Amino acid sequence: MSLDKATVSRIARLARIRVPDEDLERLGGELDNILSWVEQLGEVDTSDVPPMTSVVEMRLPKREDTVTDGAYPEKVLGNAPESEAGFFVVPKVVE
Amino acid sequence: MVGDDAVIEGATGSWEVVIGLEVHAQVISDAKLFSGAATAFGAEPNTQVSFIDAAMPGTLPVINEACVAQAVRTGLGLNAEINRYSVFDRKNYFYPDLPPNYQISQYAQPVVGPGMVRVDLEDGSVREVGIERLHLEQDAGKSLHDRRPDATCVDLNRAGVALMEIVSRPDLRGVGEAGAYIRKLRAILRYLGTCDGNMEQGSLRCDVNVSVRRPGAPLGTRCEIKNVNSVRFVQQAIDYEARRQIDILEGGGEIEQETRLFDADRGVTRSMRRKEEAHDYRYFPDPDLLPLELSDAYIDAIRAGLPELPDQKKVRFVEQLGLSEYDAGVLVAEKEVADYFERVADGREAKTASNWVTGELFGKLNESGREITDSPVSPDDLGDLIDLVADGTLSGRLAKEVFDAMFESGRPPGEIVEERGLEQVSDRGEIEALVDTVVGENADKVEEYRAGKDKLFGFFVGQVMKASQGRANPKVVNDILRQKLD
Repeated sequence: MSLDKATVSRIARLARIRVPDEDLERLGGELDNILSWVEQLGEVDTSDVPPMTSVVEMRLPKREDTVTDGAYPEKVLGNAPESEAGFFVVPKVVE
Repeated sequence: MVGDDAVIEGATGSWEVVIGLEVHAQVISDAKLFSGAATAFGAEPNTQVSFIDAAMPGTLPVINEACVAQAVRTGLGLNAEINRYSVFDRKNYFYPDLPPNYQISQYAQPVVGPGMVRVDLEDGSVREVGIERLHLEQDAGKSLHDRRPDATCVDLNRAGVALMEIVSRPDLRGVGEAGAYIRKLRAILRYLGTCDGNMEQGSLRCDVNVSVRRPGAPLGTRCEIKNVNSVRFVQQAIDYEARRQIDILEGGGEIEQETRLFDADRGVTRSMRRKEEAHDYRYFPDPDLLPLELSDAYIDAIRAGLPELPDQKKVRFVEQLGLSEYDAGVLVAEKEVADYFERVADGREAKTASNWVTGELFGKLNESGREITDSPVSPDDLGDLIDLVADGTLSGRLAKEVFDAMFESGRPPGEIVEERGLEQVSDRGEIEALVDTVVGENADKVEEYRAGKDKLFGFFVGQVMKASQGRANPKVVNDILRQKLD
């Protein structure tokens, strides 16, 4: 397994992380190491082992259908760089 | 049975239009899928947002049990398999109205598996449309692009509201079937009480998959048209898209699988700005949520509480109430209409009740552009009117007049009949006096009648009815006229 620069660049873009061109090769090598470690795990035969979904013995907790939260727009907007009339204001997105 | 519009004639021969629909139905619940914030439509921006919905660090989702029950209920209503074990995944993409940068959805293991919907087509035939799956997922917030010229405004009230994505098999052919499928699905959801089906408010939104092929050939490459918000637009989008694909194929080109948008103003579909990573969602199981496990007892309890659905109701109307297939189909198509009809028909002759509802009432509602839910005539009042005809108080003709007045004023029939003095007169003495007057005033016609001009009998009936202002019981009038003339 070996990651080329184009793949590393694509992964970075998907994660919205800006990576300078000169770092791509080094990051590719680091990701390679991680991936080969994960591949190594594949050597263990797990065909009889059900997937582990949690480290604790518990079932999915559920909530009742009652309104218990919200109604604090000023807090929700508190960290926003810009807001107006109760809206978040973000750079123009056009599709 | 395949609709006439299922095949389009191109320049080089026939093409079959193949359609699959992904319907996003907003779940009826008070709180959101994973938070305790409210879901009501039309609130002030960002007033129904919890820190979970805003994806603040350190928050964790906790599933709303009512939303799970609604999904199971819907699955059962779609004759579908309910999966005892399902998993929530993260669907990763960046957009300003999606604060966590992922949508919690279900990918490989949805809560509901294959099912089937019976779609009633216009020619009276029924087509079975396969349901591939139904899964639970969160809605995103709302972006407003035209509020400011230089920026986008974001309201997160809708972020985190529960949606059911209902995916059909590519079983639909032609715009007629696609429209009938959406209407039937909407009716089932509304009967179940799991989605209000309000397309204007966005409670029901469609992604439409369209491809074309030569009849009998393997499936062609499809394009997906996103977020189409009315039955009419779905049909326009399919029509445009099918012709676009046929033009490309007949010109020797190939269809590129892509996501397109429907431009409702121009009636066309267009390519979304190409983002090659747009479909790279990198699904993986959400580590914040355990798998959703359902017991047989839980599913059985929901099954036991299912209401009567349109197909069952239609069968009952036909078999037990003696209505025609057509009338029964019309009455069950909307839950509100079926409820209204059943109240009117309660303890009365079903066919009469059906005629009043589908005839006079629908006529007036159409004329005035109203829905049955704001009918000025209540089902109980319409029932009373039918009783007044049945017990002989009102003649059929006057009943229609009274109905018009009821629709006009919203008043009960008894009041109108009394106020206008419209009760049918069956008193023999009173009618006899009228007959005597008419006979006396038309001595010449009486002669002609007795000389053999039988047709004049109708004239006399008409005169007596007129003299009674339409109130005389026609049967008694006939009776007495026969006595006096023959």
